[in-house]
Amino acid sequence: MTPFSFARATDADDALRLASARGGRYLGGGTNLVDLMRETIERPTALIDVTGLSSTIGERDDGGLLIGAAVRNTAVAEHAAVRARYPALARAILSGASGQIRNMATVGGNILQRTRCAYFYDNAGSRCNKRNPGEGCDAIEGFNRMHAILGASPSCVATHPSDMCVALAAFDATAHLLGADGERRLPLTELHHLPNGRPDDETLLKPGELITAVELPAERWFARSTYRKVRDRASYAFALISVAAALKIDGDRISDVRLALGGVAHKPWRAHKAEAALRGAPATAEHFRDAARAELAGAVPLSHNGFKIELAERTIVAVLQELAGEIA
Amino acid sequence: MRFVINDTDIETDIDPRTSLLDLLREQIGLTGTKKGCNQGACGACTVLVDGERILSCLALAVQYEGRQVTTVEGLADQAGLHPLQKAFIEHDGFQCGYCTPGQLCSAIGMAAELQRGLPSHVTGDLSAMAIRATREELAERMSGNLCRCGAHNGIIDAIDEVFGERRGQQGYDAEMPEKVA
Repeated sequence: MTPFSFARATDADDALRLASARGGRYLGGGTNLVDLMRETIERPTALIDVTGLSSTIGERDDGGLLIGAAVRNTAVAEHAAVRARYPALARAILSGASGQIRNMATVGGNILQRTRCAYFYDNAGSRCNKRNPGEGCDAIEGFNRMHAILGASPSCVATHPSDMCVALAAFDATAHLLGADGERRLPLTELHHLPNGRPDDETLLKPGELITAVELPAERWFARSTYRKVRDRASYAFALISVAAALKIDGDRISDVRLALGGVAHKPWRAHKAEAALRGAPATAEHFRDAARAELAGAVPLSHNGFKIELAERTIVAVLQELAGEIA
Repeated sequence: MRFVINDTDIETDIDPRTSLLDLLREQIGLTGTKKGCNQGACGACTVLVDGERILSCLALAVQYEGRQVTTVEGLADQAGLHPLQKAFIEHDGFQCGYCTPGQLCSAIGMAAELQRGLPSHVTGDLSAMAIRATREELAERMSGNLCRCGAHNGIIDAIDEVFGERRGQQGYDAEMPEKVA
């Protein structure tokens, strides 16, 4: 690990001051950043501990929820309002990492964990455009079973590993940001961007900008939502495919739907095409399949992950059937 | 910098790069906590901080200044081994023993999570305030602790005896052990 200075921020303004004075990185639970620093892939010269910032979950006047960025992942999944009104979020968090890591990881840190793959970590032996921009990507012709099928570029095919973010993307969550120019809000679906030519640059955050909270909108029908994760072992593994979905049915028609995928792209993937195909359609397996196919029509398999396309289709259909069955 | 390890105040200077794991093992000499993968994949380094289980290898020690840290050395008391330690011996919950300190600390933190009603990936009803400590629940909640000898069945048997839903039946202690941290 390269040397760094350490400071504890007392509040968000203090964090910003410390970051602008030292040019440092914000530190949450450290479960990704400390690991990458040990591998010298990340080499910050200053760390600003922001775990002392807002760690409360508050009900908003409009019925939404405001989750402080320093709330630990466990605390989000445990919160009664999250469990009752946004079950896909609780289930997504509980399917991620391990109990120990969920106790450490913060909401802000989970969002800003690096999009990564084994080649990104292989500092000594592999080329990686995310680690060393412009040197090439060994994953594209390598062992790419876990990699992206949607939105990838010739520069990077890694996937964003967060489960939590897939549910946040489905729920139209908004990140509250504080930076040198003041506060602003960014939909979670826009916070991360696709690799394009610069996979080392993963988000639209400006230098020194801090996530202070995540807001969930007050949609009562999100109570009919769930998250399913398909992985190589029953627990404690990254997703091959994951699906977060919420379904609203009036009569026999789908009146509204939210659908997002994990394990498929460089960012949490909101399935807008499938949603458009589902709105107004009958809630049948056939229509669920057509919608999944509409979303996956643009999928591009790599040498080892072609199975993900059908797995994604089947998982989307299974999750929507489960939700439709619950409502029927 | 002040740390509270197993109820003992310890004052020591540290480089900010020091992990909580290295602080415990290299600076304080508490080598019960084990370094397995040193990258958050195996759970061997699990300790309790204010009663919550965390991975000490991914924890920068500076972030835990002043907090109550409990390691495997802090589980036994004057009366002898912690009930869970006795159960691990009884059920052959280990072979080489390298993952055992992490398994023990993790299971004690896990039991507190279960008791306060934290759901897991396999919990059917998220709104339930009390969760049955079934074998499936215990195994899911312990998935962050790997045992490469393959003693998982004995490990879950031991945890089941002390914290599982069969607690109180014949051959099982009736009382949930007091939280240790």
